[in-house]
Amino acid sequence: MSRPARATAVAVAAVAVVAVAVGVFIYLIAYPPTVAAASTGSGEANITLQTVPAYGLEPHPTWVSYMIKNQSGQWEHTTMFQVPAHSLVHFTIYQFDTGSPLRNPFMNEVSGTVGGVEILNGQPTRIVDGAAGNGIGHSFAIPAMNVSVVLPGVDPNAKNPCSTPAPCSTSFDHNEVQFTIRTGAPGTFVWQCFVPCALGYPLGFGGPMSTLGYMNGFMKVVA
Amino acid sequence: MSDEHAPATPPAAAETASEPTDRQHLLRIGIIWIVLSLIAMPLVYFVWGPHFPPGNGSDQAASQQHDNAVLATIAVPVFLFIWVYLGYALVNWRIRSDTPVSELPDGPPVRGHIGFQTTWLIVTSLTVLSLFVYGTAELVKTSGAGTGSGGAPIWTPAGYSSNLTKSKLLQVQVIGQQWRWTFRYPQYGGVETSQLLLPVGQAVQFNVTSLDVIHSFWAIDLGVKADANPGNNNIAFVTPNRLQLINIRCAELCGIYHGSMATNGQVVSHADFDRWIVTQVVLHARLIPQLPPYEDYYLPQTDGGYYDPGTNPLPPVDTGLAPPSPTPSSGQ
Repeated sequence: MSRPARATAVAVAAVAVVAVAVGVFIYLIAYPPTVAAASTGSGEANITLQTVPAYGLEPHPTWVSYMIKNQSGQWEHTTMFQVPAHSLVHFTIYQFDTGSPLRNPFMNEVSGTVGGVEILNGQPTRIVDGAAGNGIGHSFAIPAMNVSVVLPGVDPNAKNPCSTPAPCSTSFDHNEVQFTIRTGAPGTFVWQCFVPCALGYPLGFGGPMSTLGYMNGFMKVVA
Repeated sequence: MSDEHAPATPPAAAETASEPTDRQHLLRIGIIWIVLSLIAMPLVYFVWGPHFPPGNGSDQAASQQHDNAVLATIAVPVFLFIWVYLGYALVNWRIRSDTPVSELPDGPPVRGHIGFQTTWLIVTSLTVLSLFVYGTAELVKTSGAGTGSGGAPIWTPAGYSSNLTKSKLLQVQVIGQQWRWTFRYPQYGGVETSQLLLPVGQAVQFNVTSLDVIHSFWAIDLGVKADANPGNNNIAFVTPNRLQLINIRCAELCGIYHGSMATNGQVVSHADFDRWIVTQVVLHARLIPQLPPYEDYYLPQTDGGYYDPGTNPLPPVDTGLAPPSPTPSSGQ
């Protein structure tokens, strides 16, 4: 091989290595987009989420997932959201999935919300027995703030279950859960579902339960 | 004539005569080493030692801190001997850079030196055996030194009974799950909480288990670390000895949010603990019947939950059990 040819080969190999390294780096630091909660004035904010039984789109069409509504009213496939510090944040979650018992029934009970309750389909609720009725579809919990809210499952025999790709329209059978939390100082908090809802994965906690953007994410509390 | 010009002693021989012997080198090294060790050892034990982790928030933590100080103090002469010898060699036995490689001298071989080998074997054997005896004594004295001792611990504190209703220790079940800790108090109707509160001076038995993967319960300030294994009960004993906050972490990589599996606990007065636990029982009165009957560990059911109310009768909410009486710790 001539000297110019060797130099060219080395240069091409170097570029390829750098490209792969940059690609891996970008993949590793990639986060889903962050949705800012809508401010209501007077230091309060609203945020709306939904849980879908199957995301329906690549790369994991069969995975359960959360979605968050942005300030334009569009649903985004993300689990990152931002709320103001030292404020009341009002959550609304539309739950479209069927249910099962919680791994730890301790979390049948709501905690960490204003008043210690959630509003389940219009009714103040403190405890939902995950081993009875339709069980619990998912939960929303911020362990560091002791926030834990249960999202009861939809009737498995529902006549109009959501079976389309995400997002689900509220015209499908669902449960609506509302609650309010009071944020503290700025920080980033992990939130997650505590129902072992990752079907087909060990102990139900792999796949979507262990992948950012599906059943867990971060709440950024900003000043 | 030739005698007049010849030096009385050849220069090389004069240099050799003025150089210290090996024994003198060894003596100098020994003196430097002993003096530095006598200065550093008390400093490490008395000045640095009280600041060693994990602090002295419990009898077990204090014992660990003492052990760390003892081991560090013992390590001082070893550390110093290496550095003193190295420093002495660098100063006194440097080879000039213009010395040909072929003329580089080598030290005398120690192979076959019976005295050296015997000393080495005796010193290292005595060191290891002494530490073995010391470590075992420390484990016995503190009922396992705050570590997980399995489901049937060998060294137990006063008041221990494998029968929970007869035990005079405060029973706390630590439940690890991806990714948080919860705590059950079987002597108080099996109430489960997200907070860990302990009364000061009370001997405590942690019963550590997991609902999914392997976690590790690490109550840093109490000097407690016990693996949380699914399908197993891992017992650790501790007696907190002052009012304090407790930092709790998971010490076993357990999944994507292992790093956030942390919480805080608190050691409070007996009166505050009594008030808190009664409040918890009242607060969770409707939840307690939905919890599984208290067991050493819990296994997953096919429906995804950890018990089946259809086969396991719901436990009565029994808050009539007398709270455990404070027992003196083994260290008191």
